[in-house]
Amino acid sequence: MPIKTREDLMQLKAQLPDETSYRMTILLCGGTSCLSSESDIIDEMLREKIEKNHLENEVNLVKVGCLRFCGEGPIMFISPDDIAYVRLTIKDVSDIFEQHILRGHIVDRLLYVDGAQNKTVPAPKDMDFFKKQQRIALRNVGDIDPRSIEAYVAREGYEALRRCISDMRADEVINVVRKSGLRGRGGGGFPTGLKWAYTASVKSDEKYVICNADEGDPGAFMDRSIIEGDPHSLVEAMIIAGYANGASEGHIYIRAEYAISIEPLRLAIDKAREHGFLGTHIFGSEFSFDIHIKLGAGAFVCGEETALIRSMEGHRGEPDKKPPFPSESGFRGKPTSVNNVETYVNIPAIILRGADWFASIGTERSKGTKVFALAGQLRNIGLVEVPMGTTFREIIYDIGGGHPEGKQIKAVQIGGPSGGVITEDFFDTPIDYDSLIAIGAMMGSGGMIVMDEDSDMVEIAKFYLDFTQDESCGKCTPCRIGTKRMYEILERLTAMEGDPQDLERLETLGENIKNASLCGLGQTAPNPVLSTMKFFREEYEAYAYRTKRTSYLIDGKQCIGCTKCARVCPVDCIAGKVREVHTINENDCIACGACYDACPTNAIVKP
Amino acid sequence: MKLIDKMIQCKINGITVNVEAGSTVLDAAEKAGIHVPTLCHLDLHDVGIVNQNANCRVCMVEDEKRGTLVPSCAEKVTDGMRIQTDSLKAVMARRTSLELLLSNHPQDCLTCVKNLDCELQSLAYEMNIKEIHYHGEKMSHPKDLTSRGITKDTNKCIMCRRCVTMCDEVQTVGVLSPLKRGFDVVVATAFHLDLGQTSCTYCGQCVSVCPTGALAEMNDAPKVWRALNDKQNHVVVQVAPAVRVAVGEMFGYAPGEISTGKVVSGLRRLGFDKVFDTNFAADLTIIEEANELINRIETGGTLPMLTSCCPAWVQFIEAQFPELLSVPSSCKSPQQMMGAVTKSYYADKTGIDPKDIVMVSIMPCVAKKAEAAREEFNRQGLQDVDFVLTTREFSRMLKEAAIDFKKLPEESFDELLGESTGAATIFGTTGGVIEAATRTAYEMVTGKELKDVNFKQMRGLEGIREAQVEVGDVTLRIGIAHELGNARKLLESIRDGKNHFDAIEIMACPGGCIGGGGQPYHHGNTDILKKRQQALYKLDGAMKKRKSHENDMVMKLYEDYLEKPGSPKAHELLHTTYSTKARI
Repeated sequence: MPIKTREDLMQLKAQLPDETSYRMTILLCGGTSCLSSESDIIDEMLREKIEKNHLENEVNLVKVGCLRFCGEGPIMFISPDDIAYVRLTIKDVSDIFEQHILRGHIVDRLLYVDGAQNKTVPAPKDMDFFKKQQRIALRNVGDIDPRSIEAYVAREGYEALRRCISDMRADEVINVVRKSGLRGRGGGGFPTGLKWAYTASVKSDEKYVICNADEGDPGAFMDRSIIEGDPHSLVEAMIIAGYANGASEGHIYIRAEYAISIEPLRLAIDKAREHGFLGTHIFGSEFSFDIHIKLGAGAFVCGEETALIRSMEGHRGEPDKKPPFPSESGFRGKPTSVNNVETYVNIPAIILRGADWFASIGTERSKGTKVFALAGQLRNIGLVEVPMGTTFREIIYDIGGGHPEGKQIKAVQIGGPSGGVITEDFFDTPIDYDSLIAIGAMMGSGGMIVMDEDSDMVEIAKFYLDFTQDESCGKCTPCRIGTKRMYEILERLTAMEGDPQDLERLETLGENIKNASLCGLGQTAPNPVLSTMKFFREEYEAYAYRTKRTSYLIDGKQCIGCTKCARVCPVDCIAGKVREVHTINENDCIACGACYDACPTNAIVKP
Repeated sequence: MKLIDKMIQCKINGITVNVEAGSTVLDAAEKAGIHVPTLCHLDLHDVGIVNQNANCRVCMVEDEKRGTLVPSCAEKVTDGMRIQTDSLKAVMARRTSLELLLSNHPQDCLTCVKNLDCELQSLAYEMNIKEIHYHGEKMSHPKDLTSRGITKDTNKCIMCRRCVTMCDEVQTVGVLSPLKRGFDVVVATAFHLDLGQTSCTYCGQCVSVCPTGALAEMNDAPKVWRALNDKQNHVVVQVAPAVRVAVGEMFGYAPGEISTGKVVSGLRRLGFDKVFDTNFAADLTIIEEANELINRIETGGTLPMLTSCCPAWVQFIEAQFPELLSVPSSCKSPQQMMGAVTKSYYADKTGIDPKDIVMVSIMPCVAKKAEAAREEFNRQGLQDVDFVLTTREFSRMLKEAAIDFKKLPEESFDELLGESTGAATIFGTTGGVIEAATRTAYEMVTGKELKDVNFKQMRGLEGIREAQVEVGDVTLRIGIAHELGNARKLLESIRDGKNHFDAIEIMACPGGCIGGGGQPYHHGNTDILKKRQQALYKLDGAMKKRKSHENDMVMKLYEDYLEKPGSPKAHELLHTTYSTKARI
């Protein structure tokens, strides 16, 4: 039955079994990283036990999307007990079932331990990781069954769409988006309302809205988590965008390797079609819209909108010159509005709660929240959504809990292969689009990697450049050959075969690649190198002048002469008697790091 | 009438320029008298060819208002735009792009086929590159020397994609495209197949636009040198019409210079025993073709009849339209007719053993090399034509032999197969073959003299042209296309029954043979093609005899040897068959 009215929506919502009828609801993380740690097997085992004991009507086990605290996964939340069990393995299933489900006893050993404060924190809401977060884009992720349209509707799903179609003209919808101050979350930060207004203003017999779900930065998993955990939000937002932009077709460009995301997305589209949210006469109006999924082969450059469009058209995924912008001439030569996943899912929330509400969150020119994939040398890592304007320090220390061993945090890499590093001097910078550009970084799509004092910044820059030079489409000269040459210089430097002129070459080349490349990939590819050169030039110089120590050292003050290091050294280059300070023969050391791992007193110093 | 476009104003290096809306920054700079270097850019808009990918980044200039660099070849001028072409930022970006290209390019200019004719080399000179600051891995691909016409040295490719534009968009042959990504990107065939295994037509348009030595014709000069130096051989050469109006460019003459006499004497200096004119065979072709056309009309045969002079076009239809193989005329091309007549009629007349005759052609064309090697053109173990040299290879041979072209005397073609009419001359341009055929068909059908032989409606450079000619009671509907993409459009309209013609002329290259893949490089200047075309019409206009059937020596050939047009003997020597050659 197609849903036509608010009453129909309420009826659909009513089909969802009432949560309060269960004695217990268990949300088990089905995010990609938890799945790879066997959360799906945990789910099966637990479900089997529940069924065997005929507890299906008492215990509501839901495999949800990402529960966001990835460093502690696989993770489950149990309500109404308000308990989180973390770092689960299949061996823990019996205990959870026997102790908690059957007897109501908390399994203490599975509770989260806050390492910074060295105490157990059972309830998710009390965990520092979640305290400072504010969820808009992730509002349903990890809370609902992504396969259930009823669960989505129960959370006001498709109500925003109903309001748009029943109560608003297309230009009014665009005005709300415009007033909200929402900017593109894919990295560029272009005002979404403006983009929509432009697409809507171009006269054409057909227009398209496209969702760019080609998330490809190393370490980024914001968009896929949204799609896996709350696919209907994206579907609803795209229908709204279709209505506002005057398009009757939407396409989601997603890389084929995101198989775990594609499955619930397909299901969501099918369900939406079944209920009349997609198709003709949506909510009884004259508006028709449908969504198609286009699988990409996983080229990073296809995240660039013109390359994405070419790929969708069946051509080689290469960027085109702009202008013309897709808003004017995009997919199949028609006006096309390309928006990223996170941008879209903000839309229903904005429609429901109003532009003023959204604009009240964030900074003056960057409104709302931003999702980051927080990773690196931190206690707490995972998916983080914070208001714009939150500082790096808050994310690193308050949410991330600081370094697990209390080491100095040296830098934060933000924006992935297109971004740069930020040093401690800037940790109090409120994060928004413009402040990041001002300090030589960029928002990017949301990767945030924290690095400690042991990190080699030249190696890190090399890692990113290796990625971009490999992912370059090869169309324009600076990106095709220039990034390769930069990478080769870094290879020479780190092999101690470079020279001081290489630093100049890197800078000149980097600047010219930025200035002359055809698309965003090339224009930002040198950023990781240039920004690390700016802040950590001495590390580059150590390589260039070949003064960098390449062997491990022993700190005489810390060494207790336990001989553990000498025993694990594969090349026997550590000498010393029992209970006396040991030394490493620098010429023989192969820098394998075995001694570093073996030392009980942190006496080994990394190169 | 074209509407007058809106004019907009911009400033280039402080100079105010008014340009039509839609103009590029490069157009505006040219108007201001400011030179901006370009490399990948190619604009032959008169014949519908533009490569505007903005990928080499050698033409970057600074947009002062935005403070960013833009590719001048592709960036459209906006009203009030201010451009600096020589800001440090722009100059550095251009130099860096060029240095990067050079850092991945073999430095073997001295022995390269394009030495002194290479756009990359000229640019390095022009931009005063004296040192390459970057070095590292270079492309390392084997050369493809497998095809009958084109050699491909991928290591010299700079990814300008002109060849891709030509092959995919203009010719719609689709053999060349970029593969792989990053530094490993190459322009290549599907699955890196050798060109000889693809449906390449050898039109050579990729060669004619390649700015470097990555694509070139197969060099057959060594074989010809060997043949010339073998005393047993009787080496005969023929020269195509389009060669004589282009070859002068290789020796400093202006485009359109007519050098027929010098070509003949030059060939004699090189040691050829007889110098014949392909134009003779062109007249012969017209007699056979006009006869075939009239026959098809009178007997209800397949219409339209398509001309078959252009070997790239023949390759194209065999590979892409196997269902239409009954439409091309069964006539061999003039090159092949000349070869067949030389090794039969001429051999008979002179008593020379055909086995001792080596037939060499000087052609504006790369595909002629592949045509000469077709097994259909082998009679009793002998190919009609043994070796084909392009206009460029011929010029290089003259230089190699230290022959000063400018000082060569004017000489005439040899007897027997040397006479020709104006009709044959215009074979070298698009529309020429069908105009020549119409001149003869008219008189064959009506028996009346054709007063005005100039069919102006068949001339020009538009991609597809149509004409109607009253021939007695019949209205001949004529179609003309040049470039294979236009040919495809025309063929599809015929196949789908949307268009009806009696006769169609198709030439694969822009402008016809004057723009052939073996001609001196035009480097993107369409005026050169126009001048060559004008020269051919000038030659035709100056001839006393302008209808093929007025060629006395051709008539003598029929009297003495072939009996009449379409006779069994004519069929044996002058006609051929087609077969499906579908490949990737």
